[in-house]
Amino acid sequence: MIREILGMAFIYIGIAFDFFGVLGLVRLPDVYNRLQAATKCVTFGTAGLLFGIFILQGFNAFGFKALIGIVFIFLAAPVAAHAIARAAHRSRIPLTSETVVDAYEKDHEIKE
Amino acid sequence: MQIKTRSRITVFILSFLVWIALTSVRDPQELVAGFVVSVLVALIAGHFFITTEKSKHFLHRMAAAILYFFKFLWEMVKANFHVAYLVIHPNVPIRPGIVKIKTRLTKETAITVLTNSITLTPGTLTVDINPEKKEIYVHWIDVKFKDVKMATKTIGGKFESRLMEVFE
Repeated sequence: MIREILGMAFIYIGIAFDFFGVLGLVRLPDVYNRLQAATKCVTFGTAGLLFGIFILQGFNAFGFKALIGIVFIFLAAPVAAHAIARAAHRSRIPLTSETVVDAYEKDHEIKE
Repeated sequence: MQIKTRSRITVFILSFLVWIALTSVRDPQELVAGFVVSVLVALIAGHFFITTEKSKHFLHRMAAAILYFFKFLWEMVKANFHVAYLVIHPNVPIRPGIVKIKTRLTKETAITVLTNSITLTPGTLTVDINPEKKEIYVHWIDVKFKDVKMATKTIGGKFESRLMEVFE
């Protein structure tokens, strides 16, 4: 009973943060800011979902798969975000006009 | 024991554990297949896992790693509420920019973990690393300090000392 409530709570929290991530993807101005929403909220939200499934299922094959899914998401999401951000900057996708400082541009303008 | 051998054995144990977790343990066929695959993985790619000797004791490093994990989890929860607040707010009050921070860490693994942690915590996202100068370029959604020193303290300072204990 308590396990079910706890598991469902984690699943709903996960869905809520996934929703915020998607909302951020729509509302924030440029690639880099959108990546922030996409990596943080969606990683946390999906981890919450999977953890809720683990609590509902307990220590069986299904639950363990959910746990391993969390580990792989935590490893893969930041790396993917880094790769996309770097590639975007190198192919000269401009930052939004609200940007206050760009140290990367300053150090890399001579190359290429 | 040589470093390469120890690294291979560690990789074998880890991959075999992951295999057991992914399949059900009851079937002996699955176990044999997992054993063979783990041995192959350990022989082909095992020597990349541990490359240098660490100065601290294993248990000390594990304790530091667990402490680091909980600190990281807490920072990550904060980060999520921060981004959620920015997204819900009607004006989207952001002040984005890319700043440069320096790191004292020397090991490659440590820097990788640091940059991944930076990506997953408050309003920051790693764009690129300069391994020679030990500089990390970070996209910050709400820039508070533009100079290298203060930015380093605010973004990387929380994790760095703990990671020193785990990896160096």
